[in-house]
Amino acid sequence: MKILVGYKRVVDYNVRIQVKPDGTGVVTDGVKLSANPFDDIALEEALRLREKGIAEEVIVVGIGPADLTAHLRNGLAMGANRAIHVQTTDAVSPLTAARTLLKLVEKEQPGLVIVGKQAIDDDANQTGQMLAALWDRPQATFASKVEISDGKATVTREVDAGLETIEAELPAVITTDLRLNEPRFIKLPDIMKAKSKPIDIIELGSLGVDAADHLKTTHYAAPAKRSKGVMVKDAAELVAVLKQKGLL
Amino acid sequence: MTKILVIAEHLDGKLNGATHRAVSAAAAVNPEAIDILVLSDAPDAIAADAAKIDGVSKVLTVARPENTHALAAVFAPQIAKVAAGYSHVFAPSTTFGKDLAPRVAALLGVSQVSDVMTVEGPHSFKRPIYAGNAIVTVEVDTASIVVATIRTASWPAAAANGSATIEPVVVDAALPTHTRFVGLQQGKSDRPDLQGAPKVVSGGRGVGSKENFEVIYKFADKIGAAVGASRAAVDAGYVPNELQVGQTGKIIAPELYVAVGISGAIQHLTGIKDAGTIVAINKDGEAPIFEIADIGLVGNLFKILPELEAAIG
Ligand SMILES: Cc1cc2nc3c(=O)[nH]c(=O)nc-3n(C[C@H](O)[C@H](O)[C@H](O)COP(=O)(O)OP(=O)(O)OC[C@H]3O[C@@H](n4cnc5c(N)ncnc54)[C@H](O)[C@@H]3O)c2cc1C
Ligand SMILES: Cc1cc2nc3c(=O)[nH]c(=O)nc-3n(C[C@H](O)[C@H](O)[C@H](O)COP(=O)(O)OP(=O)(O)OC[C@H]3O[C@@H](n4cnc5c(N)ncnc54)[C@H](O)[C@@H]3O)c2cc1C
Repeated sequence: MKILVGYKRVVDYNVRIQVKPDGTGVVTDGVKLSANPFDDIALEEALRLREKGIAEEVIVVGIGPADLTAHLRNGLAMGANRAIHVQTTDAVSPLTAARTLLKLVEKEQPGLVIVGKQAIDDDANQTGQMLAALWDRPQATFASKVEISDGKATVTREVDAGLETIEAELPAVITTDLRLNEPRFIKLPDIMKAKSKPIDIIELGSLGVDAADHLKTTHYAAPAKRSKGVMVKDAAELVAVLKQKGLL
Repeated sequence: MTKILVIAEHLDGKLNGATHRAVSAAAAVNPEAIDILVLSDAPDAIAADAAKIDGVSKVLTVARPENTHALAAVFAPQIAKVAAGYSHVFAPSTTFGKDLAPRVAALLGVSQVSDVMTVEGPHSFKRPIYAGNAIVTVEVDTASIVVATIRTASWPAAAANGSATIEPVVVDAALPTHTRFVGLQQGKSDRPDLQGAPKVVSGGRGVGSKENFEVIYKFADKIGAAVGASRAAVDAGYVPNELQVGQTGKIIAPELYVAVGISGAIQHLTGIKDAGTIVAINKDGEAPIFEIADIGLVGNLFKILPELEAAIG
């Protein structure tokens, strides 16, 4: 089977995000961009399934502007067989991303689609669930363990109450949580090899996706700051302060 | 007409308090009506609790054996049907709501608003992005239904002095069988629930081991607190995953949060920004946690925690 992997580029998780003073966005010029950490985990899981002989082909997908191609090369260097770059200069909402992925699913007929549970920029946590709905297939979100056998995925999910296990008939959508695996590092020879792997470039406009969006982001603001607190010298003083505040 | 449908979260026949918080957000929209939808194999006891929530007009129940477990693929088509009479559908931004609401939105052909912090108007909301490092205002097209998840830490629980009517409904929706529940492994604990507790004590990598975590449990019990942890502590296997606080764990707003042996990574701080008072105990005086703590104490946690217990008496 084929596995389609969402491979989104985001501002690196170590970057301290600054909101532009005029409230039109966050500063992204010159900041380090990396793969969404959850997408590296999605790709790693797909590669492991291929290494176990469960999948034959792993395809990374990116939806975004022209310079995304370099990012997709990293996915190829990590081990994906090929990449699909759906090009657009517009902001892509999760619904549009899901509709776009559905078009690719119809074309590629994958047995599994693995995406991150959330992208760490917009933190939307929607795309996988929306794709599963539009495709009318199972979703197994927040996965921390995946087993594939007999045409189904048995997935352990990190939920608020603990660990839930569900069974999903394939094809299905899985969204990854952090403890699913530890992604491999890219080695230099793999970067060289990746140069010859194919990247399909498709214009978003040519897919016939309804990109109508119902949401507009009208303003960006910095979060309210917590004021700097006090330091206490020992346990006795801490207890005294907490008692005074009525917290003990 | 503004009518809001709130999806009840429940487990083992009990209504989850996150539902009360979603109702608070719904009330902030100033709607003509707030109704709660309970999907379950046996909804009666849950519905009776939901009917008590202030501001609720009706509690709708759909009793079907397929609803025994909260599977998004099974719940979503039913919610999409019931949503027809509403301008808004709200669910709490818990793993339950996050799993479910986008599936409902996609079936309705609309975008979804994640993690509503404040309501600016019926179609205007504030929500965090970049792990809470920016707050955006989003406007939903006034012609489309609003599907949103509610950031529970931003909202108080609505009081429970009401008496809404309970109305069983029959939903004509074909339900898939492609997704099946296998099991749930729950952390069993007599301690307060992390998500609703007024006091939380969290331990980080500095605690050092699963055995050492006993000092965190002991101190938490002393002050009647729930126990939480950093991702590093969960990854290292000191505690189970459901105790993780942060961007990818639980977002909480206790009155008192005590961070012990936690450095204060941005992803952890996201989870505690709305806490009333943050206390940090760390042996490194330069740890970033002290930048946001209300009260800081530099020192070895293994020495300080017993001293605190003794000082409390
Ligand atoms: C107001 C606004 C402004 C934006 N501005 C920009 C911008 O300047 N530049 C820009 O590049 N994007 C921009 N975007 C797009 C945005 O970054 C996200 O791609 C989109 O909103 C999806 O949200 P998410 O990634 O948080 O979804 P989530 O549902 O959190 O994503 C979950 C998973 O879906 C998959 N996925 C989602 N989107 C993509 C994608 N595009 N490619 C591949 N896989 C994907 C990934 O596997 C991801 O882990 C903007 C979006 C909005 C709403
Ligand atoms: C995409 C993504 C999502 C993430 N989501 C989360 C999340 O939801 N929640 C989360 O917590 N993290 C999250 N992280 C991880 C986060 O970046 C940090 O790695 C993590 O929070 C560190 O945990 P820690 O503070 O326990 O460990 P460390 O950073 O190792 O800090 C340990 C601290 O303990 C102190 N210490 C050691 N010994 C003692 C002692 N004897 N007495 C007192 N103090 C002592 C040290 O001085 C140090 O400050 C995420 C990361 C990524 C990339």
